[in-house]
Amino acid sequence: MSTHEVVTREITFAEAIREALAEEMRRDSRVCILGEDVAEAGTPFKVLSGLVEEFGTGRVIDTPISEAGFTGLGVGAAMTGIRPVVDIMFGDFITLTMDQMVNQAAKIHYMSGGRWKVPMVMRTTLGAARRSAAQHSQSLHAWFSHVPGLKVVLPSTPYDAKGLLKEAIRHENPVVFFEDKMMYKMKGPVPAEDYTIPLGVADVKRAGEDITFVATSSMVQVALGAADLLAEIGISAEVVDPRTTWPLDEQTIVESVKKTSRAVVLDEGYERYGVTAELAALIAERAFYDLDGPVRRMGAMHVPIPFSPPLEDATIPTPQKLFELAREMCGRS
Amino acid sequence: MSTVSSRTETASHADVELWIRMYRQMTAIRLFEERVNELYTRALMPGLAHLYIGEEAVAVGVCEALRREDYITSTHRGHGHCLAKGASPDRMFAELLGKAAGYCKGKGGSMHIADPSTGNLGANAIVAGSVPIATGAAFSSKYLGNGRVAACFFGEGALGQGVVYEEMNLAQLWKLPVIYVCENNLYTEYTHVSETLAGDILARAKSVGMAAETVDGQNVRAVHEAAAKLVERARAGEGPSFLCCNTYRFHGHHVGDINREYYRSKREEQDWKKERDPLAVHAAWLVAQKHADAAQLEQIEAEVKAEIAKAVEFAINAPYPNQEEVDRDVYA
Repeated sequence: MSTHEVVTREITFAEAIREALAEEMRRDSRVCILGEDVAEAGTPFKVLSGLVEEFGTGRVIDTPISEAGFTGLGVGAAMTGIRPVVDIMFGDFITLTMDQMVNQAAKIHYMSGGRWKVPMVMRTTLGAARRSAAQHSQSLHAWFSHVPGLKVVLPSTPYDAKGLLKEAIRHENPVVFFEDKMMYKMKGPVPAEDYTIPLGVADVKRAGEDITFVATSSMVQVALGAADLLAEIGISAEVVDPRTTWPLDEQTIVESVKKTSRAVVLDEGYERYGVTAELAALIAERAFYDLDGPVRRMGAMHVPIPFSPPLEDATIPTPQKLFELAREMCGRS
Repeated sequence: MSTVSSRTETASHADVELWIRMYRQMTAIRLFEERVNELYTRALMPGLAHLYIGEEAVAVGVCEALRREDYITSTHRGHGHCLAKGASPDRMFAELLGKAAGYCKGKGGSMHIADPSTGNLGANAIVAGSVPIATGAAFSSKYLGNGRVAACFFGEGALGQGVVYEEMNLAQLWKLPVIYVCENNLYTEYTHVSETLAGDILARAKSVGMAAETVDGQNVRAVHEAAAKLVERARAGEGPSFLCCNTYRFHGHHVGDINREYYRSKREEQDWKKERDPLAVHAAWLVAQKHADAAQLEQIEAEVKAEIAKAVEFAINAPYPNQEEVDRDVYA
């Protein structure tokens, strides 16, 4: 056989994450996992099931409920020759790790004049809609995107999840990797062989002509859903997924908006002072004269995420809401 | 409190060399800090300066028990730790003055000196900030099996921050080779320890089953002896330990902290300086035991003084970084 056949299977987002970790752990004995119930339990989401059986408890390491403790330990370990992947079960718990990530991990390379490095990954989750109330539902990735020295990854498909996580583990800087809890069971095509996706390269998830949706993580599906609805009334929407909030692929976003002349930015973080504000500002600064109207934003409502299903559902953007907004922006309301 | 064993009568040549070296190291820190004080008051040094004067025996006693490849983490009051672990005064001063030749290219300054070549993971300006880092370094040592030990310096003020307890729990659970060195200098900034700590200091470590002891932090031999035992223990895989060094900050919290009588008396300061100066304590012992005479110690002081003077001159004459440096080293 002289031709190389690319084998692409359909696997879930969770399986893509697990494969990325397993492959990187096979490749590099310095890679280990630290977190609460990561070993035999495989996390409450079962994302890590099977890893401890292959790699043992010396590399898939259950910790006490000490988010600051094991994150900070991961920083020190990363400086001294280990490549830890720290697992923070719910994104809401990053609040407990802020000193470790913001004052330590993010700054050590700079403060030491480039002499120490912190090649660690923090994996955590984001997203509402699981009826888990205000302390298990937030999307706080904007916080880390605000801090120089960190990189922030927001995969939206199994393919992106695997390629970006493998890249993050091989990366020389601290990377925070946010996974949408609602996406773990979503299936998608993923090649069987080794590949990585560079940080800072956006992906056009759907090409279109009339309006651009810049959407991250969980909001990519919302944007694609709205694009389907819009297609039925003859409006062609383009969906751009930045895939990383930092580094940010400004060029792809700006070019898309210049082409379509309309933009909505979507992100499940709180709308105020968040990712949508940053992306809207970017478009306003670099594509203002190409716009037919103001950039619009859709994010989480400025309320603590409520428990009761109808209340929770009201706090996050939906394809229907986006469809209506886009239709109005395109003069079809 | 552990005391120094009475093996002085049978002191080996190596012991005497060590004791003299420790005197030299403490002298270097003292003279370094005196010049920092002067540079700061002459407005040649930007930022903040937290002097280690009075606590020299802790850094020197512990670091002399470590190998070059072993790790330390340090604090905002960290010049002593960095020097004791082997940093050179010229690049230290350069860093303090924000010069490109500094250990961190002038990007860290007094509170962030780091030096991989001496195992210095960095000084940290978050009070308990280095405790997780030292524990992580110890985790690496165990994971990689490289036999390195980490010594984690922090003041008793760090015991007010919860992450210390998370780390001690992890270190003890996983038997990590780390020594938590608590410098109890009695004051967290401007507040006496009696107003900040409930209960017993050692009980905190003992509560997780950790070996813990207190030592006279003004006696460099006592610190060294205690540290050497704990380092050996850690290297042998017997796990972490906690060493509380009772000491005293001779100066204020920072150089500008001049009027201190609202939080401690001049009498108290004078008593410590007169009775418990770690350099004087060690010098008197060396002379009494005839391991050195006054002339020899003066000679050491003169040599160190000249070296420090040269280092200051180097730093003053060194150029500032180019402004293009500002956004370099944000990412590796």
